[in-house]
Amino acid sequence: MSILNVDYMLGLFPILVSYLPLTLGMAAAGMVMALILSCCLAVIRVLRLPILNGLTKLFISFFRGTPLLVQLFLFYYGFPKLIADMAGVSVTILGHTTVLPMWLENATEISAITAAIIGLTLHFSAYMAESIRAAIVGVDRSQTEAALSIGMTNGQLMRRIVLPQATRIAVPTLMNYFIDMIKATSLAFALGVTELMGATQKEAASSFNYFEAFITAAVLYWAVVELLAWLQRRLESRLNEAYRR
Amino acid sequence: MIKVDKLVKRFADSVVLDGIDLEIQQGEIIVVIGPSGTGKSTLLRCLNFLEQPDAGQLTIGDLSVDVTRATRRQILEIRRRTAFVFQNYALFANKTALENIAEGLIVVNRWPEAKAHERARQILERIGLKDKANAYPASLSGGQQQRVGIGRAMAAQAEVILFDEPTSSLDPEWVDEVLSLMKQLAEERQTMLVVTHEMSFARDVADRVVFMEGGRIVEQGPPSELFRAPKDPRTRDFLRKVLPEAPVESPLF
Ligand SMILES: Nc1ncnc2c1ncn2[C@@H]1O[C@H](COP(=O)(O)OP(=O)(O)OP(=O)(O)O)[C@@H](O)[C@H]1O
Ligand SMILES: [Mg+2]
Repeated sequence: MSILNVDYMLGLFPILVSYLPLTLGMAAAGMVMALILSCCLAVIRVLRLPILNGLTKLFISFFRGTPLLVQLFLFYYGFPKLIADMAGVSVTILGHTTVLPMWLENATEISAITAAIIGLTLHFSAYMAESIRAAIVGVDRSQTEAALSIGMTNGQLMRRIVLPQATRIAVPTLMNYFIDMIKATSLAFALGVTELMGATQKEAASSFNYFEAFITAAVLYWAVVELLAWLQRRLESRLNEAYRR
Repeated sequence: MIKVDKLVKRFADSVVLDGIDLEIQQGEIIVVIGPSGTGKSTLLRCLNFLEQPDAGQLTIGDLSVDVTRATRRQILEIRRRTAFVFQNYALFANKTALENIAEGLIVVNRWPEAKAHERARQILERIGLKDKANAYPASLSGGQQQRVGIGRAMAAQAEVILFDEPTSSLDPEWVDEVLSLMKQLAEERQTMLVVTHEMSFARDVADRVVFMEGGRIVEQGPPSELFRAPKDPRTRDFLRKVLPEAPVESPLF
């Protein structure tokens, strides 16, 4: 018997590849939502909108200050349980007593995949908001002044001048977060989602080929990340075209 | 015509513009000179509302506003009627030379893109950069960047172009090409208000030279008078420092 069961790895490979769509799908969904949310948070921070700015800071602090795994458990097990427990409870607010409706019991039951995507979205948007904010602030003040001087409105100068330049600054970091997020989808396995990592674990346990199974999974993640890194380099060189001397 | 009445600007506790009165006729070329920190840039920036003035009346053509009561709309209108040429060029880094010039026409004046690009091409030709239409600012020399900066101001069709030390950031080799473009504009009677340390430009091109110190206009007049026979001792002091040939000690009659 050889040390490495190559035939097993070759057989496992297509099986694991079939789980890639779920892994990449969770990451893509999380990334799109995180981009939208983090842009909003960044603008709130840049404009220092009253109240919202404070809440945003708290949000960012919490999601950067606690482990992603804890957050995922909180969304999958914690909140649904909390809300379900509130069904039928009577509460008194300002001398007014109401009984919370029974339908709360099932209202927040969510699938493990949904919980994972929500967790990834919130967690990564906290990080991304800070890098988008830094990118916006990093655009030279003279660019804003030049745009104002010819009579552009704040909206126009954001859209045409500041955000395009901020994008160039932010893209490398955002791509790194996307790569991190792909790897972080493996934590959804802890919620019982059979994604790439979950599938690997099952295959490994049933065949006892632990090393072969996990090295195959590792190679698969690695290949995806390398492909993305290559895309990232191409994108960055396109974005930098205007700034070459 | 442009008219500034009792313009005041403060930063924290210091009064940087202390009641400026200035009138600029259409087609007039005015050069502002004065020591560093005197408020020359601040004056230009207030005219363009890059700084919010603290008091005064500003009239540009048929629009006259109390600067403290200017609405958002009026501020935009004033900015559209005054174009600014920056010391550090401040070209849009994400846009080509052509796009820099066309940007205002497209976004502010809402011209169709084709028409704006057509006009931008004409301007590029006038500033001698026809072959650089598709070059990004980073790939242009300082002199070329500043000419595009002037081209962008020309496109705005403003009542006045405000120049804040347009040649001060340039390597000496590029100064002449920028000054000669400005002379060309002056010959076409483009109204200009120019802050500069280029005394020869002031002498050769200006209709009027304004000497500022400590946030006030100390003295003004045609360059032939102001340079040859400054009346105020402060003007004389300043000119002695900046003019290659020392000016006379007292007015000659
Ligand atoms: N944003 C600001 N905040 C606080 N003080 C300012 C600001 N801008 C200018 N000042 C101060 O106002 C005064 C006038 O500045 P300004 O730039 O208008 O002078 P200037 O005549 O253009 O000088 P220079 O020849 O050096 O360009 C200076 O004392 C400067 O420190
Ligand atoms: Mg200045």
